[in-house]
Amino acid sequence: MSDKVNLDRRQFLGTASAAIAGFAIAPGLFLYDFANARPTGGAASAGVRWGMLIDSTLCQSSCNDCVSACNKEHDLPAAKSPTDVQWIRKVELKQISTGRQISLPMMCLHCAEPPCVDVCPTQASFKRADGIVLVDKHRCIGCRYCMMACPYKARSFVHEAVLSHDGEMPRGQGTVESCTLCDHRVDRGEQPACVEACAKAGHSAMLFGDLNNPDSEIYRRVRSVASTQLRADLGLNPNISFVGL
Amino acid sequence: MNLLRALALLLILMISFGSVSAVPMPKLDIGLGGHCVENPGYMRQNHMHMLKHQRDETVRQGIRGGKFSLSECVNCHASKPDDNVLGGSAHFCQGCHEYAAVKIDCFECHSSKRKIIVGVGK
Amino acid sequence: MAQIFSQTETRRFYWIVALGLLLALTGMSAAHFMEGHGHVVTGMNNQIVWGIPHVFAIFMIIAASGVLNIAAIGSVFGKAVYKPRAPLAGMLSIALLAGGLFVLMLDLGRPDRVIVAATHFNATSVFAWNLPLYSGLFTLVAIYMWVLLEQRMHGWIKPIGLVVFTWRIMLTTGTGLIFAFLVARQAYGSALLPPLFIVMSFGWGLAVFHVVQSTMYYWNNKIQDPIILRRLKNLMGVFIIATLFLVAVYHLTNLYFAKQAAFEHFILLDGGIYPELFWAGYVVLGSLLPLLLIFHPRLGKIRCVVSASMLVILGAFSLLYVLIIGGQAFPLAIFPGYAVNSSFADGQISNYSPSLPEILLGLGGLAIAFLLTSIGVRVLNSLLPNDSITQPKQSTH
Repeated sequence: MSDKVNLDRRQFLGTASAAIAGFAIAPGLFLYDFANARPTGGAASAGVRWGMLIDSTLCQSSCNDCVSACNKEHDLPAAKSPTDVQWIRKVELKQISTGRQISLPMMCLHCAEPPCVDVCPTQASFKRADGIVLVDKHRCIGCRYCMMACPYKARSFVHEAVLSHDGEMPRGQGTVESCTLCDHRVDRGEQPACVEACAKAGHSAMLFGDLNNPDSEIYRRVRSVASTQLRADLGLNPNISFVGL
Repeated sequence: MNLLRALALLLILMISFGSVSAVPMPKLDIGLGGHCVENPGYMRQNHMHMLKHQRDETVRQGIRGGKFSLSECVNCHASKPDDNVLGGSAHFCQGCHEYAAVKIDCFECHSSKRKIIVGVGK
Repeated sequence: MAQIFSQTETRRFYWIVALGLLLALTGMSAAHFMEGHGHVVTGMNNQIVWGIPHVFAIFMIIAASGVLNIAAIGSVFGKAVYKPRAPLAGMLSIALLAGGLFVLMLDLGRPDRVIVAATHFNATSVFAWNLPLYSGLFTLVAIYMWVLLEQRMHGWIKPIGLVVFTWRIMLTTGTGLIFAFLVARQAYGSALLPPLFIVMSFGWGLAVFHVVQSTMYYWNNKIQDPIILRRLKNLMGVFIIATLFLVAVYHLTNLYFAKQAAFEHFILLDGGIYPELFWAGYVVLGSLLPLLLIFHPRLGKIRCVVSASMLVILGAFSLLYVLIIGGQAFPLAIFPGYAVNSSFADGQISNYSPSLPEILLGLGGLAIAFLLTSIGVRVLNSLLPNDSITQPKQSTH
């Protein structure tokens, strides 16, 4: 068998097996996805506003699956020291006045008015047309001004050389990075890895979708339940908001 | 004084010609080979511009599935024994960049390995 | 040259240059080490993202702009005493700015790409605004020095001096805005910061000028005029008081806002190193003691003024450390009303201890400023004001 054929077969089998695995793992997820997949070669649309609604009443403090899924998807090492990157983290809250306990995942909230984009000297921090806030690592000079400006502490600096490149997101030393809302998956019409993992764990605390699309679940949910934007006083209008705070 | 200058010039010329002849053209493992997205001469001169152009469109506008993708370069040109475009002077990217004395920045972040689905092929 | 410099002076000059070069090279190797291993070899982390290099860099950038005031008082406001000091002030400004930028650039995660800031200029970024402000200051001060040192161009001293003065005020405003535009953190996001930085620059610039001027006088065997010294020291005293005043107003406004109370408590009382540096380093050693040295009737001699200046510089480093690092150490208020806990230090005070490479990088920047000044003074001998000749004229007031 020639190598060419071999590779094609590999690719075909790979895609097919991934698709089958996907159907087996999360039935129903893909129904929504195919409707939202963007045609190959098209740019992210300004009519779309990707966002997330995180229901802290459904989130379990013992569960860390969203974090593990993110680490696996992007080939991030599990964080051990303060210099390690964390794209998503679990936060445990205790209301001081009442003692009520809350658990929720925290990541880049993809602001509509992102301070990181304003302060970046090289336009490496930018907001994509569909509202996803990203770092263009080809342009990042590693000044960390965005990390000073972010009120959610969403960003991490890569303090060491990255030796393993098996993740979906190319990463390298000396640049800043954060949650990409799994733009590579979203562009394929899939959900972010954390959202998928949360559903798979049976919690479904994370609802992802297009905030501009009246047919989407998230569109209806943000209009029917009380949700909170973190640090709403700053007027940054993040695309990810929370229920149960 | 003039004689000295002439001698120095001669020496420099000898060294530079000597060094050119001392570096042989690299013998590259082109991996799978076959038809590239453009012809080889064009690719040699312009691959960096094509990659850079498409990379900006993909990263900043979210345009996927373009023709000039780095991972496709790697998928075709990774050397057959170790599925890598880096590793030695015969490897496709490293060999030519060593010859041209140009630093490659890509693989500090991007994978230099062909994407293999485990358990398939070979 | 033989007539201008004695053999001892020449030998001393080469020793000075060798020392400066050694320190600058150490700084460069430290930066190279940091670039090779990544910032994991520094004390900085994902909570404290700016560390001791930024304290050094911002001090030098503020002082670079402040030192120009001596030139401005002479050229723009026509005070005769300051005129002979303008060239040295200009040289010092260039040297300090070069030192500060050296540290700032080499601390970047990808210093090799710094040119991207020019090719993809972001008009909303204060960092990006500062780039033309820095390069503009280099150019303007170079022109200014040429005008000062070239007899035929003396008619231009006043207009060019005015442009330089305006530019340096803009530059320090830009430095203050780096912090004033940060909504995220309690320590920053205050419109008081740019004016505070401008007033700080007046005092710190003068302090650096005093130290350098007396050192250069000493090395080049020249004598300083006590009357001029008295005027300069009084001016520095006024700026120390003005800085203290603005720092007090900054903390008082914060103390008045209940939401800032916890942060002020941390910075001024129980934050460990930060209140210590603030009270002992900045307030007592860096402000009150210098004021005593300057204004006490029995003190105020050259040695006192130089000591006071060195203390002001010490206070400056303390204050910047508290502002830059203390401001990051205190946790962000993402969830007001909740006690917070996470793997990413949410709700916790972050630790920072500077590592050797980053300290060496900062010192390397100082060394570059030192080296440029020493060489500048040596090459352009007329930089040093020769007051002993003009002294009788100026002692009339």
